Amino acid sequence: MLLTAPWSFALLLGPVIGALLAFGAVAAQDATNVITIDNFTFSPKELTVAVGTTIKWVNHDDIPHTVVEKQTTFRSRLLDTDDAYSYTFTSAGAFDYFCGLHPHMVGQIIAK
Amino acid sequence: MAKKGIGDHGQGIGRREVLECMVWAGTGVLWTVSGGVPHSVGLIGDALAAEPAGFTFLQMSDSHIGFDKAANPDALGTLREAVAKVKAMPVKPAFIIHTGDITHLSKPAEFDNADKVFGETGVQIHYVPGEHDIIDEERGKAYLERYGKGSKGAGWYSYDDHGIHFIGLVNVVDLKGGGLGNLGAEQLAWLEADLKDKSASTPIVVFAHIPLQVIYKEWGWGTDDGTQALTLLKRFGSVTVLNGHIHQLAQKVEGNMTFHTALSTAFPQPAPGSAPSPGPMLVPADKLRTLLGLSTVTVAQGNKPLAIIDKTLAG
Repeated sequence: MLLTAPWSFALLLGPVIGALLAFGAVAAQDATNVITIDNFTFSPKELTVAVGTTIKWVNHDDIPHTVVEKQTTFRSRLLDTDDAYSYTFTSAGAFDYFCGLHPHMVGQIIAK
Repeated sequence: MAKKGIGDHGQGIGRREVLECMVWAGTGVLWTVSGGVPHSVGLIGDALAAEPAGFTFLQMSDSHIGFDKAANPDALGTLREAVAKVKAMPVKPAFIIHTGDITHLSKPAEFDNADKVFGETGVQIHYVPGEHDIIDEERGKAYLERYGKGSKGAGWYSYDDHGIHFIGLVNVVDLKGGGLGNLGAEQLAWLEADLKDKSASTPIVVFAHIPLQVIYKEWGWGTDDGTQALTLLKRFGSVTVLNGHIHQLAQKVEGNMTFHTALSTAFPQPAPGSAPSPGPMLVPADKLRTLLGLSTVTVAQGNKPLAIIDKTLAG
């Protein structure tokens, strides 16, 4: 019963300019080892790599994010816009992670 | 998700008090959108004259001191504008409730600057943290050192004023992957004990950063165990739930419960599902202040619901 009444939102009037995303240059890097954070999304969301691979997360949003593994196997510092975090997967396994500030953002790394 | 178009008002948010209904269905929840004048948007509860009877407090939220990106390069400046409005109020508010994200990155200088500007109101402020306030190295210690006195756990507490019971909750800690906001068992147990001996006629005001009810799951706008808190509150005759986090107004009245989310003083965010993500929304410079603001909450004499008036920084 608590969820049936309608919400009212304030009307957003006037032209809205979508946020412009600045994409960092990835040409010089091995693209398969980089996960970008854009629009509150980890891309690619799922990634399989060989044990021993280093993965680098780069934040392109205008909002800070963090990378936190579910079992706290790894946890990044706070990543503001254009900050990066790297982690080397020295053991095999499936690693589910999320953003500590916005936990609806999730991703998974499989190291084998 | 079907959505009716919004007509162009020509003069934008500025000249007339207009009520527009824009109804759409998303995950089985209907909500309405209303527009208004720059001085009072989304009036709910009893309409009040400029000099309200009873006592008044303010809700302010999401100041994000330290934010400097395109959506607003000067979050401290727009906070100063909001504080100037507080100082200009003919009736000084009894206190201010801040529903979190005081700072942007939990840096000491950001907390310092926020304190300095908020201090200029000359009014006591009751805070609860947002997720941006607990991202220091020690994950929340910086916030508690400044604002945690008399609180429990990650910073929850309650106090009484003018016969109303105020409860500050923290729902930004111990967040789980794939989840929403989180109150946790310890805080819920504390809440149950806190409410136990209160009569149902005690007016309650609950405030927390993330909306306690789910507004938009896809963007994390809700609290996983929020329903448990609302169930504990259900028996009371008047409950007002004040939240922030979404940087826009959303309001609903459900039986004896009134829900209200406040504007940010830093930057707006898009309406649910209207953009790829809930990040800062860039708008033309002359529109920014129509989407930032604060709210006055007035408690009238007698058993009337609290009246909430939202004011933008424009005009």
